[in-house]
Amino acid sequence: MQISPIKIISLLFFVFSGFYLYHAYQIRVFAFDENAPFNAKTFPILLGYAGIFFSGLYIALPEKRPSNVNLSVLDYKRTITLVILMIIYGVTILKAGYFLSTSIFLVLSYLTLGEKRWFWVFALSFPFVAIFMFLLHGLLDIYLRDPLLKYLGIIG
Amino acid sequence: MIEGILIGLNTALSIKNIIMVMIGCFAGTIIGMLPGLGPMTAIALMIPITYGFEPSTGLILMAGVYYGAVFGGSTSSILINAPGIPGTVATSFDGYPMAQQGKAGKALAIAAYSSFAGGTIAAIFLLFAAPSLSKVSLAFRSPDYFGLMILGLTAVSAFSAKGHFLKAMMMVVLGLMLASVGQDTLSDIPRFVFNNMNLADGISFVLVVMATFAMSEALSIIFKGSDPTQAAKQISLSKLGSIRLDKEETKKMVTTIPRSSIIGFIVGVLPGAGSTIASFLAYGMERNFVKDEEKQKFGKGSVNGLSAPETANNAACSGSFVPLLTLGIPGSGTTAVMLGALLGFGIQPGPRLYQTNPEIFWSVIMSMYIGMVILLILNLPLIPYIARILAVPRAFLIPLILFFSVTGIYLMSFNNFDIYLMIGIAVVATILRLYEFPMPPLILAFVLGGLMEENLRRSLLISDGSWAFLWDRPLTLCIMITILFIVFWQIYNSYFKKK
Repeated sequence: MQISPIKIISLLFFVFSGFYLYHAYQIRVFAFDENAPFNAKTFPILLGYAGIFFSGLYIALPEKRPSNVNLSVLDYKRTITLVILMIIYGVTILKAGYFLSTSIFLVLSYLTLGEKRWFWVFALSFPFVAIFMFLLHGLLDIYLRDPLLKYLGIIG
Repeated sequence: MIEGILIGLNTALSIKNIIMVMIGCFAGTIIGMLPGLGPMTAIALMIPITYGFEPSTGLILMAGVYYGAVFGGSTSSILINAPGIPGTVATSFDGYPMAQQGKAGKALAIAAYSSFAGGTIAAIFLLFAAPSLSKVSLAFRSPDYFGLMILGLTAVSAFSAKGHFLKAMMMVVLGLMLASVGQDTLSDIPRFVFNNMNLADGISFVLVVMATFAMSEALSIIFKGSDPTQAAKQISLSKLGSIRLDKEETKKMVTTIPRSSIIGFIVGVLPGAGSTIASFLAYGMERNFVKDEEKQKFGKGSVNGLSAPETANNAACSGSFVPLLTLGIPGSGTTAVMLGALLGFGIQPGPRLYQTNPEIFWSVIMSMYIGMVILLILNLPLIPYIARILAVPRAFLIPLILFFSVTGIYLMSFNNFDIYLMIGIAVVATILRLYEFPMPPLILAFVLGGLMEENLRRSLLISDGSWAFLWDRPLTLCIMITILFIVFWQIYNSYFKKK
């Protein structure tokens, strides 16, 4: 017997709703609010039950529209690489600065997706980010934190 | 009202705001053309930039993006038979056959004129309907608002995900759960924070929109191995043909536009219905209205068949602003994103917006109209060239969308945690999208979460904890009956109806 992936997702949501409901009951409210008609945990408790109800209903009812996703044709390698690149981008953005980390992220992403025209890879990374930063920081006056460029004296 | 219109015109016609509408229309057209990247993604990508502007300027930019994206969606429907958004699917029925017959320029012109006319008529309706409804909605009480919000969420779930109602309802609950993270607004008690200070203020709206739309759409494209720009590469400038319409074609449009505008506007006002249903309804209605000779042309390049859905979907866009501006309750995913942006500016839409911030209320309405004029004047002649821009390879397009998403969050918080959280939500959303879990109900629920809890709190406190407030007032009772009807009808239709 093959279990439908959507039923598995619904089951996960059922468990998640149970977890949410448990934590909703753990919310500490003020003593004088404990028996009030509405306090900080009333709404979350209702949501927990609603999550259990709808996911439970999906699990219990027969599936009329089974999923037709072919898992073998999905591009796991590139997707996971992009996600990892984004995480590294998130780690480095504050330390290495916006300009350097963004430009490197773009170069690596273009290469990951199979781009081989080096001129465009370069043009749409370092100069592009520099122009974008100028537009935001210089023209629109939107504060852009970049410790590296600040250290180098390029931005104030 | 005249004074309000003048205030709105004064704001909308400032040089800065006109430039913003132009930029919005242009950017929206480009993003809207890409299959899969609709108005919600276009607006989401713009939100971080708008926070540097005054509220009215930011909203004007977003309104321009919205209309541009709808127009862009029509363009890709006509040129490459790949609707950018569901609301333009009906446009491809007759638009694409026209393009195949070498009349792509004509089809684009019909779409542009119909959109303009539909939008103009609907803007006039909006001009009168919004203030009147604002006055009526002052009589609404907390239980009515609470009921209306549940109705909006149920209707969006029913209409946005046909045949996937329970999945959509799970997304609604997930959206409300995400909205409940952070300090309780009244008591300041932390909820679901797990001793993490980064969650104390809750999850940012921009973060959720970027993660569930821009970022997860980009990841989905890579995951599925599809290339939305592939078809655009085949567009030839020489094959578009003339954009001039002859007398007979104009005559056909003149009869179609008024009736499609009315149906589009009415459907747009209804919560959850939106431009998709409006365009299909208008298409079906038009088929019944025309003569038998024209009926035979439907699906093969009929002028009426193209004009009707295009008029209706633009009229519906204007209509969808009515519940947003007058009740503060968005009726669609796109207007939910607009509501989130408004709340980000510190503006609470609703019946009092008309009195407290008339310049915003009226400038948004006026900028819609200006946006349509700009779309007509600028975009129509530029369409062949804009379509060429779309041939940007996927290898450049996807990283740029991811870069804009991360930048948006970085600009708002300068915090690594928010970036990780956004990546996490985007990965989950990508998997959910793969199995057709709809995202608009999640966004709508996330935006409405705080307001829903507030209105439930008030209702329960007034009724001293009794749930009788749900049926005490006739209006609330009617709303609740409608909700129950939608829920049971959807479940019956999906699981128990014999085919």
